[in-house]
Amino acid sequence: MRQQFTGTEEYIADDALLADVNAAIVLEKPLLVRGEPGTGKTMLAESLSKALGLRLIRWHVKSTTKAQEGLYTYDVVQRLNDSRFGGGDVGNISHYIKMGPLGEAFSSNEQVIVLIDEIDKADIEFPNDLLRELDEMAFDIPETKETICAQKRPIVLITSNAEKELPDAFLRRCLFHYIEFPTPERMRQIVHAHHPNLDGELISAAIDRFYFLRRVDGLRKKPSSSELLDWLAVLSRMGASPELIRSQVPLMGALIKREQDVALLAQLRARRRL
Amino acid sequence: MFTLLLYHLRSNGILVGTHEWLTFLRGIQCGLATNIDGLYQLGRTTLCKTEAEFDAYDQGFLGAFEGVEFAETLFEEMLHEQLRKWLEDGTVAEGELVEPDIPIDKLMEELQKRLEEQTEQHDGGSRWVGTGGRSPFGHSGRASHGVRVGGQSKNRSAISVATERKWQSYRTDKRLDSRDLQVVLKQLRQLTPTGDWQLNISSTIRKTVANGGEIELDFQRERKNRLHVVLLLDSGGSMEPHARMVEQFFTAFSESKGFKSFQSWHFHNVPYGRFFSESKTESIETLMQQWTPHHRIVWVGDACMAPYELYSPTYHSNMRGIDWIQRITQTCPKSIWLNPENPNYWNHPTIQGISRVVSMKSLTLEGLAAGIQVLR
Repeated sequence: MRQQFTGTEEYIADDALLADVNAAIVLEKPLLVRGEPGTGKTMLAESLSKALGLRLIRWHVKSTTKAQEGLYTYDVVQRLNDSRFGGGDVGNISHYIKMGPLGEAFSSNEQVIVLIDEIDKADIEFPNDLLRELDEMAFDIPETKETICAQKRPIVLITSNAEKELPDAFLRRCLFHYIEFPTPERMRQIVHAHHPNLDGELISAAIDRFYFLRRVDGLRKKPSSSELLDWLAVLSRMGASPELIRSQVPLMGALIKREQDVALLAQLRARRRL
Repeated sequence: MFTLLLYHLRSNGILVGTHEWLTFLRGIQCGLATNIDGLYQLGRTTLCKTEAEFDAYDQGFLGAFEGVEFAETLFEEMLHEQLRKWLEDGTVAEGELVEPDIPIDKLMEELQKRLEEQTEQHDGGSRWVGTGGRSPFGHSGRASHGVRVGGQSKNRSAISVATERKWQSYRTDKRLDSRDLQVVLKQLRQLTPTGDWQLNISSTIRKTVANGGEIELDFQRERKNRLHVVLLLDSGGSMEPHARMVEQFFTAFSESKGFKSFQSWHFHNVPYGRFFSESKTESIETLMQQWTPHHRIVWVGDACMAPYELYSPTYHSNMRGIDWIQRITQTCPKSIWLNPENPNYWNHPTIQGISRVVSMKSLTLEGLAAGIQVLR
């Protein structure tokens, strides 16, 4: 029987996302999910794991992460230490092979979900180093002459903030989904989930302002959901009134971080467009 | 019918490869696209690689399937009440997709004729107006092309989604991203072993373990890129339209780790004795004392100006703009000039003049790749 993902109570996914997730499951292809920060890319994996009852294995990618680390590492120092000072079964190399997230997923007897989070943070060649592994869901460990091959192909979700472009060869192997920025209504729900005690009037005013700023032409960096949340937190602490938010943008520094953008908004304000 | 989609997508600039296309077809086989909405979604997730392609995808999808949605109200009145009733509660019959290549006016004519002939309810089959089946008339049918008569359109939403063009603002034709640039820039290196011999700890450990624990030391010399890169950017007014692109080049160069040194300076249209940076002004004389033939000079500018700017000496120096460019090129012979203007307009006198002194390439990925051959 084919598993179907229909979203969970906390995570309301739109039809397009559901269709793409299910396509990825059926076609056994990694699903690359892109979208601005704060659009719930990582949450998707969590809710998918909950909905399908499968274990989730996360791999948070950093700028220093190497593809090899995702498969396995061979702890030679521990082995040398054991051989010199006793302890451990030095003859058995497999004792010193530690699986990375992908290795763990491939060697699991059950189907699991693998989340490769923020793949664009890593080195520019990183995705290319994983091509074969993701295609065949298998890799070799030369040290033990073993081949790890997934019994049940894991569901692979990959998220990216588009900080770096990903190589074509990699993109060809993935299904692609773009999570749209939440609509104002959806944003209200998100804000409510984070700040349940805030005044509704204040939230409306702030959300209006926020979407207005996002529409300003020529901004280098549009404010994101998490910045809206921070902004709201500060606004409520300083006791800003909804009227103040409507008439100007108090504490704009929480939303607009680039010097050029601040200058642009100042210009607009001077021309009374803000 | 699907091949038609492929060609429509390709002609809209989405370069669908065999790999993706087979995935798409496999998805259809696996039953992921039971209606046109599903088809739209499946196609988008398998065939598009970035949201920038969504708009082109919508256009291509429309091109291939728009005929499906046509004239909802036109025929409604012509239908007898009875006929309409069973059309409304009909169910979808399984049917193969067929490929009729009938122009729409012919279809209309034919529909009218058949409506006159038809007297009874009809579901499935390939001729009469009805539900399901392969007739181009009726609704919920599987003809790839035809006229819907009554019923809730199962096929409409994907098309109307596609006509919204809501992805238009994500579109970036002729995208030039700094990833591609950085990949090209990687070719720009001269690796030479320099410095003292150093202990390579990780390979020492590896070799020692392979040696059964007997310490085996591995010394290596570091390999370093010896290249110094100097980026000279025209920040004159006529460069304004190219600001984004220049910025991308700047980002690519400055993030490209591994140059022995990297510096960038600005000038207006043409250098007159001084270069500027955000914080300071430096005379070209001073800079040129630091520069050696190892320095690679990359000019970025449109080279478009009034000829006197290039060919007349200024009041504080008798060096002309072109002389400065010439002197710098003599000191650092490996120089290129990247020009954002379309090469078709390069017959401008000052562009011609400068390109006789420095090798000029266009400010594109291809131009940079060609330029790197000069710089190496």
